[in-house]
Amino acid sequence: MIVGSVPTDLERPVVKGRVLVVDDDLALAEMLSIVLRQEGLEVTHVADGSSAMGAFRESRPDLVLLDVMLPGLDGMEVCRRIRAESGVPIVMLTARTDTVDVVVGLESGADDYVVKPFKPQELIARVRARLRRGDEPEPEKLDIGDLNIDVAGHSVKRDSRPLSLTPLEFDLLVALARKPWQVFTREVLLEQVWGYRHAGDTRLVNVHVQRLRSKIEHDPEHPEIVVTVRGVGYKAGPA
Amino acid sequence: MSGTTAPRPAPSGAIGSDAGPRARRGLASASVHVGVRSLVGVVSLWRRSLQFRVVALTMVLGTLVLAGVGSYLYQRVADGLVEERRIGASAEVIQLAAKAQLQLGGSNDQRDTTDGLVIAAKNTVQSIAGTEGSRYVVLARSDNNTVTDAILPPIVSGDEVGLVSIPAELQQKVAGSPATQQTQIITLRLSNDTDVTPAWVIGQQITVSGAGPYGLYFIYPMTRERDTLSLVGRTFLVGGIVLMFLIVGISYVVTRLVVAPVRRAAEVAERFASGALNDRMTVRGEDDLARLAQAFNGMAASLQQQIAQLENLSRFQQRFVSDVSHELRTPLTTIRMAGDLIHDSRADFDPTVSRSAELLHNELDRFESLLSDLLEISRFDAGAAVLDLEPTDLRRSVARVVDATASLAERKSTRIDIEEPDHPCEAEIDPRRVERIIRNLLVNAIEHGEGRPIEIRVGEDDSAVAVSVRDHGLGLRPGEAAMVFNRFWRADPARARTTGGTGLGLAISLEDARLHDGWLQAWGTPGTGSCFRLTLPKVPREPLERSPLPLNPLVPSSPSSTPPPVAPAGSLTHGGLPVGLPPDPGAQTAGTRGSGGQS
Repeated sequence: MIVGSVPTDLERPVVKGRVLVVDDDLALAEMLSIVLRQEGLEVTHVADGSSAMGAFRESRPDLVLLDVMLPGLDGMEVCRRIRAESGVPIVMLTARTDTVDVVVGLESGADDYVVKPFKPQELIARVRARLRRGDEPEPEKLDIGDLNIDVAGHSVKRDSRPLSLTPLEFDLLVALARKPWQVFTREVLLEQVWGYRHAGDTRLVNVHVQRLRSKIEHDPEHPEIVVTVRGVGYKAGPA
Repeated sequence: MSGTTAPRPAPSGAIGSDAGPRARRGLASASVHVGVRSLVGVVSLWRRSLQFRVVALTMVLGTLVLAGVGSYLYQRVADGLVEERRIGASAEVIQLAAKAQLQLGGSNDQRDTTDGLVIAAKNTVQSIAGTEGSRYVVLARSDNNTVTDAILPPIVSGDEVGLVSIPAELQQKVAGSPATQQTQIITLRLSNDTDVTPAWVIGQQITVSGAGPYGLYFIYPMTRERDTLSLVGRTFLVGGIVLMFLIVGISYVVTRLVVAPVRRAAEVAERFASGALNDRMTVRGEDDLARLAQAFNGMAASLQQQIAQLENLSRFQQRFVSDVSHELRTPLTTIRMAGDLIHDSRADFDPTVSRSAELLHNELDRFESLLSDLLEISRFDAGAAVLDLEPTDLRRSVARVVDATASLAERKSTRIDIEEPDHPCEAEIDPRRVERIIRNLLVNAIEHGEGRPIEIRVGEDDSAVAVSVRDHGLGLRPGEAAMVFNRFWRADPARARTTGGTGLGLAISLEDARLHDGWLQAWGTPGTGSCFRLTLPKVPREPLERSPLPLNPLVPSSPSSTPPPVAPAGSLTHGGLPVGLPPDPGAQTAGTRGSGGQS
């Protein structure tokens, strides 16, 4: 069982934003809307996969809550299509905890996932973690390998050609690049990048490192920028 | 060899003679090695190859039979030749003896003197001797001759034989019965021959006038018979060897005819077993081997069909579980969120509604963990559970679990002591599952530990890692260690269910351990607490032989003496009994003492 963390901090910074809920179960969708609205978020709902893309383009949400099993277009496919045109954070709602399902969901581009049945606090924590990013970071330039990272400008360049990373992948790269040579365990990365307080699913890290490598490495099979430290975790090593 | 011992300079050719003995010894030991190796090779070939066995047996038995039959025939031929020669010689001797008797028996002037008698006897002997050594004649005075007027020396025809050739025994016999012919076989060494030759000696007594009875001996060398016999022997040998090869060849071909299809069947069966379900044997003809192939193919087809059926069933089961999971979980999520919302605002309700909201909230938690445990168990039952292996330091897993259960331990004011090596205990495991096991064990220990300290030990050896969780609570009654892993097992049914466990925690842990090919074992005695030990192989699928940690904490110095026999995950040791007690390997060890502390 994956135990999501439940934030215990009382001073919850109010995060404003628009959330698109894609779920075919109307009762759950309504319940989600109630809970999210309590948190001060704007909620748009769409009930099937085929109309998800239209709703996405129209509402331009800051975060997408996506059910994996959808009529029309399946959740993984919706995820892939959204990812094709945007780096918006996607949190999957899944009823299946089978390894394959979760990994396929993550590989199709989801940033995070929650397993049904989840507690409202757990969902809110995940949504907040994904929305609460960049409290106007200080201007900071990082170089790792042959990449130039502009933290404030949210851009990564190689030979002054920008690379397109999702915000999560960007955060992951920045976390590693800020302390090159330091080895990060998966748990530390889960905490720093995903905002898990307690044990999360370390496969999140594995899958996203793979995705990140496929975008920044010259040869993703033999990574030189994000290097695996066997049995421990990852580190950023200059090429 | 003198070169090796002689102190003086050895003659030419002795160069390097110092190295001689060593070299020879080396050679000897090398040849012994080669001999041992080839012997081992033959023995293993004997065991492995039916064909080799059949051919070798045929060869040995064939050699025995051929040698037996050959010697019998050879003996018969030899006997026949010798006998025939005796008959021929015997008839000849009668005539020649009569002739000699005639010539020497009558009185003659010339023979009045001894010299004349000797000359006459010599002439007679020459006249009856054969040409070219076909027979020799010896005339010698009989033992019973009492006439002393004239004593003739032994008269011999030719230089090849002499009186010594005639056995004394024969001479006595001839003297003893003057009227009959006596025969005996002797061996001769002829001057023109390298080998000894058997010969017939036929003796008869004649009376030499004036000199009394004399033995007349005819020696018939069987040179021709010997040559014939040796030719026959050589022919038998060559024939036997040829026959031997023929038999071996035939047995080789025949066994090959039978063994080759059997080998093909074995190959196909091996491929079939390793997953090539479409492999079949080729059926040729209608003989027994074709029937073997047909039967094999039939079996393969029926197996394949059953496997396919089972796979379908399993797929169906997995699909069903997955669907049920999804169908149940979605409404449960809504209920859960609504319940939480109500629970959060229970302060606004009147006390009964408020208490109801609390009950709803708590029972939802229980319902949820029960559902997820049930789904997890059914996933194991459907064989749908798969390992997600990665190299993991068991100490870190323990640390994470202890961290996560810190609040529970604090609530129960239980201290947790960890004893672990200061080096990584790394193994290829599925960290999520292993942490789930450790969490179940730890939560169980906290809930049954009566607030007394809990000891967690981590250990490793060359092939395995292990973690044991020891509490000092009520412990297990005898026999209960066998049941703790049973689904929904509770130590005391009458005891109030104070803790929220589902009763499936340890059953799931056991399945998780099994999936790793590991062991999960329980030990306990009433009053002293209990100990649960998880042992996992460092390399997946490697069978475990022993655990780096003792299961019975009261016998701490015997980690290696607790080899749970070839037990599947969850062999058990009954409370109070020695650690080495062989657990019942067939027992489905199971159940928690009350509750599985499932997440």
